[in-house]
Amino acid sequence: MEFVNPEGLRLDGRRPMEMRQLRAQIGAVAKADGSAVFEMGNTKVIAAVYGPREVQNRSQQINDQALVRCEYSMANFSTGDRRRKPKGDRRSTEISLVIRQTMEECILTNLMPRSQIDIYVQVLQADGGTRSACINAATLALADAGIPMRDLVTSCSAGFLNSTPLLDLNYVEDSAGGPDVTVGILPKVDKVTLLQMDAKLPIDTFENVMQLAVEGCKAIANYIREVLLENTKQLEYRRGL
Amino acid sequence: MRGIEISLNQTQKIRLQRALKQLESLYLRANFNASVTVADTIPVSNEDTILKGHGTSERDGEVVATLCGVVERVNKLVYVRTLRARYKPEIGDIIVGRVVEVAQKRWKLEINFSQDAVLMLSSMNLPDGIQRRRTALDELNMRSIFEENDVVCGEVRNFQNDGGIQLQARSQKYGKLEKGQLLTIPPYLVKRQKHHFHHLEHYGVDLILGCNGFIWVGELVEARDCIEEDQLNNTEQQFTKSNTTKEMPLETRRSICQIANAIRVLSILGFNVTLEVILETIDLSRTLNLGIDEMLGPEFHVLVAEREAERRTSMTKRKG
Repeated sequence: MEFVNPEGLRLDGRRPMEMRQLRAQIGAVAKADGSAVFEMGNTKVIAAVYGPREVQNRSQQINDQALVRCEYSMANFSTGDRRRKPKGDRRSTEISLVIRQTMEECILTNLMPRSQIDIYVQVLQADGGTRSACINAATLALADAGIPMRDLVTSCSAGFLNSTPLLDLNYVEDSAGGPDVTVGILPKVDKVTLLQMDAKLPIDTFENVMQLAVEGCKAIANYIREVLLENTKQLEYRRGL
Repeated sequence: MRGIEISLNQTQKIRLQRALKQLESLYLRANFNASVTVADTIPVSNEDTILKGHGTSERDGEVVATLCGVVERVNKLVYVRTLRARYKPEIGDIIVGRVVEVAQKRWKLEINFSQDAVLMLSSMNLPDGIQRRRTALDELNMRSIFEENDVVCGEVRNFQNDGGIQLQARSQKYGKLEKGQLLTIPPYLVKRQKHHFHHLEHYGVDLILGCNGFIWVGELVEARDCIEEDQLNNTEQQFTKSNTTKEMPLETRRSICQIANAIRVLSILGFNVTLEVILETIDLSRTLNLGIDEMLGPEFHVLVAEREAERRTSMTKRKG
């Protein structure tokens, strides 16, 4: 199948190095300490953060740092064919783990000993790149909850199809079976916290693809910063002196 | 961006936007913008040494924020004041909490902090008012003082070495809160002030603005002493709780709901919740002859926002 046509356009009309449209909204869940909705094109994810709060299960309590928990789920209506997925299947457990590890890395857990932070992410619309969208949504929600972090983790995926590196794969490109590199970085510190790929790729092309994904992450980081800054400003001036 | 989630029609939307714009311009005139997000560098002059406070850390010799908020500078100290974070206790804060657990010689209270607060049996007045050692019998009768899910008011006594906090309720004004509503609002909207207990005799309502964002609106308790006596009787009669359940007059109930709704409106709009603003909001609703339920409608939200904009403009004029 042709994923990049001779004019250099992809199936959804993007250029190979073009990202989908981003949209972020903070404060979607009223009860949560922090929450956000993050959209990348047709992928839409909602995240809610509760905590830091008292540890629910005493035996899991850590005496010098906070316990971070994460739950990823996909809404039944999120995919093209509506099907009921059993909770805790392998895929969602794996993604929960990935998100947990990535977020735990950037949260300053040692500042909140003997407490727990719960992150719930749910995919509302799946169109490829849910993993990255979830991480971005979780970052926004954590920042909204006022949880101290080293940096804002952002994530983006990139692939390699028709011997062209493609940024931010959608569902059709994702299911083409080519390599799919998901990268998560700390943009200011310039460090990689997440790198996943389930295929083989020559090392020199891999470098290119990963570089592309990192560029994508940085673009997302800029956008997220803007949204957060606008949000804090608004809260502050509404509160008054 | 956090939107205000009320359904507005087109004119209301425009009016609300205008009011918020006005607030924004007032704010920007008053102080220069010092908002930061996570990992932003905070500019500091290199000459003088500085103290890094909450929400900051050091990276490559630069001070960076670890939170979203506003940079505050006090002499040498530089810190980031967060908005919308959980409650950060300080000694002496008056707070309202809910009992989640009755444990050995102590109650555990949920107070919107990262851990549950501890209220020791020994750091509160006994119902009989006598100072003495707490016996094993007292310990067994703890549930006659507070049970699970009771709402309790207290003061932050000190920090434990593990970061948890201890409360005390050693005075008549603290203790169990009955017959009223508990509201939870983001704690950044409650400012620390001289008075957090307000007895609104005009309305027959007690208002406690807990620093942790838990706000109690309840029936006016004339003097706590008589309650204490009642409690004494209570313990003697062993859990005949209905001792104090006199019918609350309808007017008081209405006032309670009105005040509670005023606070809800203010917290939805994200305005500071202080006594005077609450009273102004209630006055506004009374002059408009609005029903209690209508206070949560979109029109009233817009009116309150416009009123607040007006109030702050006049305040800055008076100052300048």
